[in-house]
Amino acid sequence: MRRVDARFVPLLGTVAVFLLTAGYGSFAYTSFFSPQVFLNLLIDNAFLCIVGVGMTFVILSGGIDLSVGSVIALTTMVSAALVEQHHWSVAQAIPVVLVMGTAFGAFMGWLIQRFRLQPFIVTLAGMFLARGLCYLISIDSISITDAAYTTIAQARLSLWADGPSITVGALLALGMVALGIWLAHATEFGRTVYAIGGSEASALLMGLPVARTTVLVYTFSGFCSALAGVVFTFYMLSGYGLHAVGLELDAIAAVVIGGTLLSGGVGYVAGTLFGVLILGIIQTLIAFDGSLSSWWTRIVIGGLLFVFCLLQRGFESRR
Amino acid sequence: MGSTVVLEARGLTRRFTGVLALSGVDFSLRAGEIHALMGQNGAGKSTLIKVLTGVYPPDAGTLALNGEPIQPASPAAAQRLGISTVYQEVNLCPNLSVAENIFAGRYPRKGAAGLWRIDGSRMQQGARALLARLNLDIDVTRLLASYPVAVQQMVAIARALGVDAKVLILDEPTSSLDEQEVERLFAVLRRLRGEGMAILFVTHFFEQMYAISDRITVLRNGELVGEYLKTDLPPAALITAMVGRELSAASGRNAQAAAATGPALLEARGFGRRGMLNPVDLSLRRGEVVGVGGLLGSGRTELARLLFGLDRSDSGELQIDGQRARFEHPAQAIRHGLGMCPEERKLEGIVAELSVRENIALALQARLGIWNYLSSARQKEIADRFVKALGIKTPDIDTPVALLSGGNQQKVVLARWLATEPRLLILDEPTRGIDVAAKQEIMNEILALARGGLAVLFISSEMDEVVRVSDRIVVMRDRSKVGELPGNSSEQAVYHLIAAEA
Amino acid sequence: MQRLLRHHLLWPVVTLVLLLAVNAAFNPGFWQLQWRDGHLYGSVVDILNRAAPLALVALGMTLVIATRGIDISVGATVAIAAAVAALMIGGELVVKDGVQTHVSRFPMSVAIVAALAVAALCGLWNGLLVAKVGMQPIIATLILMVAGRGAAQLLTGGQIITVYYAPFFFLGNGFLLGLPFAVFIAAAVWGALHLLVTRTALGLFIQSIGINPAAARLAGLHERLITVCVYTFCGLAAGVAGLVISSNVKSADGNNAGMLMELDAILAVTLGGTLLTGGRFSLAGSVLGALIIQTLTSTIYSIGVPPEINMVVKAAVVFVVMLMQSAEFRAAVRGWVVRPAAGGVR
Repeated sequence: MRRVDARFVPLLGTVAVFLLTAGYGSFAYTSFFSPQVFLNLLIDNAFLCIVGVGMTFVILSGGIDLSVGSVIALTTMVSAALVEQHHWSVAQAIPVVLVMGTAFGAFMGWLIQRFRLQPFIVTLAGMFLARGLCYLISIDSISITDAAYTTIAQARLSLWADGPSITVGALLALGMVALGIWLAHATEFGRTVYAIGGSEASALLMGLPVARTTVLVYTFSGFCSALAGVVFTFYMLSGYGLHAVGLELDAIAAVVIGGTLLSGGVGYVAGTLFGVLILGIIQTLIAFDGSLSSWWTRIVIGGLLFVFCLLQRGFESRR
Repeated sequence: MGSTVVLEARGLTRRFTGVLALSGVDFSLRAGEIHALMGQNGAGKSTLIKVLTGVYPPDAGTLALNGEPIQPASPAAAQRLGISTVYQEVNLCPNLSVAENIFAGRYPRKGAAGLWRIDGSRMQQGARALLARLNLDIDVTRLLASYPVAVQQMVAIARALGVDAKVLILDEPTSSLDEQEVERLFAVLRRLRGEGMAILFVTHFFEQMYAISDRITVLRNGELVGEYLKTDLPPAALITAMVGRELSAASGRNAQAAAATGPALLEARGFGRRGMLNPVDLSLRRGEVVGVGGLLGSGRTELARLLFGLDRSDSGELQIDGQRARFEHPAQAIRHGLGMCPEERKLEGIVAELSVRENIALALQARLGIWNYLSSARQKEIADRFVKALGIKTPDIDTPVALLSGGNQQKVVLARWLATEPRLLILDEPTRGIDVAAKQEIMNEILALARGGLAVLFISSEMDEVVRVSDRIVVMRDRSKVGELPGNSSEQAVYHLIAAEA
Repeated sequence: MQRLLRHHLLWPVVTLVLLLAVNAAFNPGFWQLQWRDGHLYGSVVDILNRAAPLALVALGMTLVIATRGIDISVGATVAIAAAVAALMIGGELVVKDGVQTHVSRFPMSVAIVAALAVAALCGLWNGLLVAKVGMQPIIATLILMVAGRGAAQLLTGGQIITVYYAPFFFLGNGFLLGLPFAVFIAAAVWGALHLLVTRTALGLFIQSIGINPAAARLAGLHERLITVCVYTFCGLAAGVAGLVISSNVKSADGNNAGMLMELDAILAVTLGGTLLTGGRFSLAGSVLGALIIQTLTSTIYSIGVPPEINMVVKAAVVFVVMLMQSAEFRAAVRGWVVRPAAGGVR
């Protein structure tokens, strides 16, 4: 009397959408189906992918993190200030900002867990705080002219001779996805995250380390935001308080389109990768088309979100 | 059957605000036995379980496991001590795999670098071995949610075995199982008993209890009635122990015996909803009090919810005053003159932060609509009238209703419906968790209302009340109506109808 | 005195008074009011004027939060309403009788009604998703937040559309009886809403739904219909705010109009004492909250601190309010402040 193992259904939906959009693109535009175009999806959205990995864990645990875009901005600003104004080297600046982002996440996680505050409002305040700190450092953007940064930013690794190339950021993104997948399935931390999202009461009863895991989830998200901020710094070569405005929404959209239920407990990190790629394809398709203004991107993403949320609702009510 | 006492409780007492849930209860559980815990609603069964499993500490009394005194401070602590519980709702995580659920909290690790890394293959092997002890062979990598409840319960039991439980408590495990699944569960329990496990089994199904248990402990009103060998306690004696007195052979409503004549106010034919209530025939006349008797899970509340439009029926028809009616929202039922005091006072009855005045006026206001607003003065007038009529004890009518005692909150809910001047009132457990004096007042009020022409559908687990007050008694079992008895039947007769096939 | 201390508006009023005092301390001319050109000028008037759009949005948000929901799409709705109005009015330069005047593309009243209708539709969409489809409010309104911003940008073509039609400017720049007209709009909406929730059963119904939706349903309330209406009104209020804002700056900016306004609105509502968990609400509290936020901005400016610190201060305020509303925090503080009796029962 077994029922169908429903766990893969949302992910299959995502992959289907990905194949459909990619297929449409390849069909409609001759130059679309090239390895470089696909790699560019990853290169241009590497930071979104990294943030998405962290966000996936947060949403799997039943929470939400609205501060990710602001932490990215703060990371770029602190990096730029350290490197340009205080003449630190790359190797010195990067660890500092990583620790900063991680600590920021840990602080929010502690507030959420210790005082049972709603994640939405805590991370909302975090978002205000991070961006505000950005502006405290500098109102205008700080360009990064440091040689090491520009070198790394321009570095390209060719996949094969005369073949398509990939950036440091994209490699980091792929690495984080792999790390995320491993964490989610092979460690107690990952399984506890799923357990909390599935039934926090049961997880407590079963003796899983719920409190510690809740704090760690936001800590990890903070780390991902900081790492994404580092990649973003290479991408933009500047620190600015207006960087990554609204990125948290893109991250949430990528996670939801990637098949993760917003109520928690169901979803895959791999799905988020596909979610990010789908968002990238939509943007690329609209750019290729030329006749549609880029504002349509937002509308299409909103539409996709709507469809996926509706499907999730149907999925939930049938369970 | 074993003789070493594994779990011993002496003099357990637990009080909640105003209510003595457990009073000096002694309890002992032996190795290699299946022990049933029996008692009515409010007898203290669930409180006893909660104390044994560390959800609440007892106010007085001692607990000992294998002779060592214990004080479990939380369910997780009780588990570590060796007391495992399987609940009706199977408190595991549906979105983890079977193996992950069994080993949650103690995952086998592998590798030096990964003190973090879960050893998947060892975990699965271990899970399969534990399930094999229960004679169950399933794919342990699939999600728990992909298996039916019966299998999920087995997984919960396997988890208990995995943590070397010495005591296994099963709280209403068979409510969602069909006959075959129940048999499989019992086979497993007998096996475990043979291995020396001490098992505590709570159920309201008499025949199942008799099929599986060795010993029976009966609680009544928070006190221990006695511990018996199953063979020493036949059903009639069990009922007497649970209910507390010789069931009078004849009792019932004497006054107004020829109560209702006249056309039916409400007539339900083949009325039901798949998965919730099997088709039921029911009729009520003005001035009639129809009691609904049955044990937990017999479908009484489901009947009430369907009649009132909280849930939608999918079979049969409903007629009010001879006209076909279909209720998809309570507002429609209310417009036809129905009212309902729900079973869960806190969850569905009172609107906690609102005042007594606002709570009483709510349903009337809902019927009047948004524009026809009852001014504060009007609300006060109505509220004062009912506070007086029902004897609601409150500092004043602007007190938030959450601060009132259970009995007074129930009166507020009753007042809310009386304010709408209904023609038919459904009362679902109106006297649950209320002190004796308030109970009496509410019951008298109900009788007075019926005399005045109100039709009442009265659902209660207190059979003596049902029998005393009703003109007719509808008897339910397992989500079906099994029959009707006239008003002056005895409690014995009702229970016999319920336990008919036993 | 006791009753005064326990009044639910106490903390918002105290906070506002404190802020005004600080402001006045650093800015000696703060309380000065001048009557020039037939209207009142002064810092206080400025604060009231600038707080008006936020107050409007906060009023709509209050009812939504009272039903245990949230609407993070109001910023996008503001932008859409502003864009619709600006597009429909436009303002072409025309020569009439030798005089250059601006005429609007559509009659101004039509444009205003259209903008409000679109805004109400946005709210209706949210309400249907929450009440009929059953989506969590934050997710349902997230969709419009993302797509709506794109729609606003689409309407304006990513440009800032300037409005050249003088009569339209009255909404955001005009004066009535010496005070800014925007203040009157906000006051009118507040007044109408106040009457609605106190003179009809709406206030009672909304609170009941927020406190216990199951009990509300059982008592016969059409909780889904009321929820849809509440979200629709929230959209409508955002639309009015959008009109005031675009009139004030004489343009509609699809990219930036209303940006982050939802956060300010939620903050205003929470400052006013309405809990995010729903139930009892206070319209006056939300208006006070909007005033507090605006005064905060003004205070920061007058102290001479860079305005960007605004965000940090807002964050701190949110943290403080959140912690105060958390039962666990209050218990923890009591634990720190009150030492348990030695050997006491635990």
